[in-house]
Amino acid sequence: MSVIVYTEATKGKIRKNSLEAVTYAAAIAAKVGGEVVAVIDAAVDATLHADLGKAGAQKLLTVNHASLSAGDARAWAAVMEQVAQAHGAKVVVFSHDLGGKDIAPRVAVRLKAGIVAGAVDFPTIEGGKFEVRKTAFSGKATAVYSINSDVKVITLLPNSIPVGSSGAAVSGSAFDAKLDGVSSGVTIKERKTRQSTTVPLPEAELVVSAGRGLKAPENWGIVEDLATALGATTACSRPVADMHWRPHHEHVGQTGVAIRPNLYIAIGISGAIQHLAGVNGSKTIVVINNDKEAPFFKAADYGVVGDAFEILPKLTESVKKFKASQN
Amino acid sequence: MKILVCISSVPDTTTKIAFVSENREFSKQGVQFIINPYDEWYALVRALELKEAKGSGQVTLFHVGLAENEAIIRKGLAIGADDAVRVDADPGDAYFVAQQIAAYAAGKGYDLILVGKETIDYNSSMVGGMVAELMNLPYVSMASKLDVAGAEITAECDIDGGTAVVTCAAPAVISCQKGMAEARIPNMRGIMAARTKPLETVQVLDNSTLTKVENYRLNEGRQAVKMIDAGSMDELVRLLHEEAKVI
Repeated sequence: MSVIVYTEATKGKIRKNSLEAVTYAAAIAAKVGGEVVAVIDAAVDATLHADLGKAGAQKLLTVNHASLSAGDARAWAAVMEQVAQAHGAKVVVFSHDLGGKDIAPRVAVRLKAGIVAGAVDFPTIEGGKFEVRKTAFSGKATAVYSINSDVKVITLLPNSIPVGSSGAAVSGSAFDAKLDGVSSGVTIKERKTRQSTTVPLPEAELVVSAGRGLKAPENWGIVEDLATALGATTACSRPVADMHWRPHHEHVGQTGVAIRPNLYIAIGISGAIQHLAGVNGSKTIVVINNDKEAPFFKAADYGVVGDAFEILPKLTESVKKFKASQN
Repeated sequence: MKILVCISSVPDTTTKIAFVSENREFSKQGVQFIINPYDEWYALVRALELKEAKGSGQVTLFHVGLAENEAIIRKGLAIGADDAVRVDADPGDAYFVAQQIAAYAAGKGYDLILVGKETIDYNSSMVGGMVAELMNLPYVSMASKLDVAGAEITAECDIDGGTAVVTCAAPAVISCQKGMAEARIPNMRGIMAARTKPLETVQVLDNSTLTKVENYRLNEGRQAVKMIDAGSMDELVRLLHEEAKVI
């Protein structure tokens, strides 16, 4: 019996989303029994394996195949299915990120397993009951799901639980996956990756976001200064992306990226419900707006009324002073 | 070119949410239902654009839902779809819906099966991948561009830290998001024409749900906002560190 978990590495690190998923799998295994089995591409540097053990993986399977390194979702689904069968998986865990959204539904079909996509906390497991909570209706409600199948698949919303650190060392062993003739049929012709030194938005813990209140794209320097001082990722509202003041991948909200960082600072954003739908999972929200009637204040933890052009440089200075005092 | 566009019915984002039957059911009373925006703005409109560019083809709407949802299907027809199919059932879960799509589409020769990247009520992003696996078709998740030349499909989709240009052979399943097309508003002629376009009702094709919502609860709003004087940014930083513990 086991709980298996799909993991990825990026930029020389195990992805934080994956460490969260391993932590989640370990918590489930503690309840239902069995081993926590993490699965990773054999091409990932073995010195990173320790982090998976620390997060709670008790066994680590490395799988070697060109189509896996190329990110072929059907090949990965086949691997997870085979691992699930070989190790008697009760639960299969993914992060609800790009990889998870592509692979998990396929695994659910292959195992005919019920899936809850986007869980926000640990499941309730008591007797025969297995309940998973996720957010529904634009953050307005929480839905409690039961999963009726024997094998269960869960994708965990990023930044929902802290990464565990009490696990023991784990070393990888090769898993011999049968992948002949398994292919999604999709060929990648060109990758257009953005050169960025900051954490990508869906994984960012700190986000500084600005809207039309900044008045013009050339005014973004003060937003970037604050983000740099905090070590935060920048984001923007929909109108700002639609007017091409900022790139589309920065757009957070219902039609853009949905995020749930620890800190979301919204500057010059009025707080339309479609914007809130994408950010109201943030743990702490700070709203800076010159209009004290801006609806966003009702959804904020801290509010500052005033001119962003005066407030931001001061806030950046205060952050720098604080950072210096911490060193 | 035959395109199947799968549309969901979702409560409008601005709708006030309530639950009934001891919080076991979502209350539909007074709720404005709309076509899931990703399905309408991107999947449906791009399907119409592809058909128009080619000068021929058929765009069929596919919906799993009860008769009360016919209004949103007619809206899709008014925007320009040629015909529609409704599976007469409550949609249950993603697996249930995916099975209906796969069972209906099997053997009907669709070149493209389009879904939105997620619904705005449950945000699961699961149906497309499930359909692709059930039908053993290529699947492009989170596509922001889509083109078809002969039997070759080219799409641009999200990857870690950027986008990728990908190709696959038709038929394929594509999940659609912003960037693919611009929303269309139905005109009077479209609305009139929609009244007489074919809307076929079919019975449940393959029946199993593997999950169930046991109950809901409304999320509590945040505590009252704490206002900080614009001249006290040191204080804001202190609160973020000591009280909120986020920096």
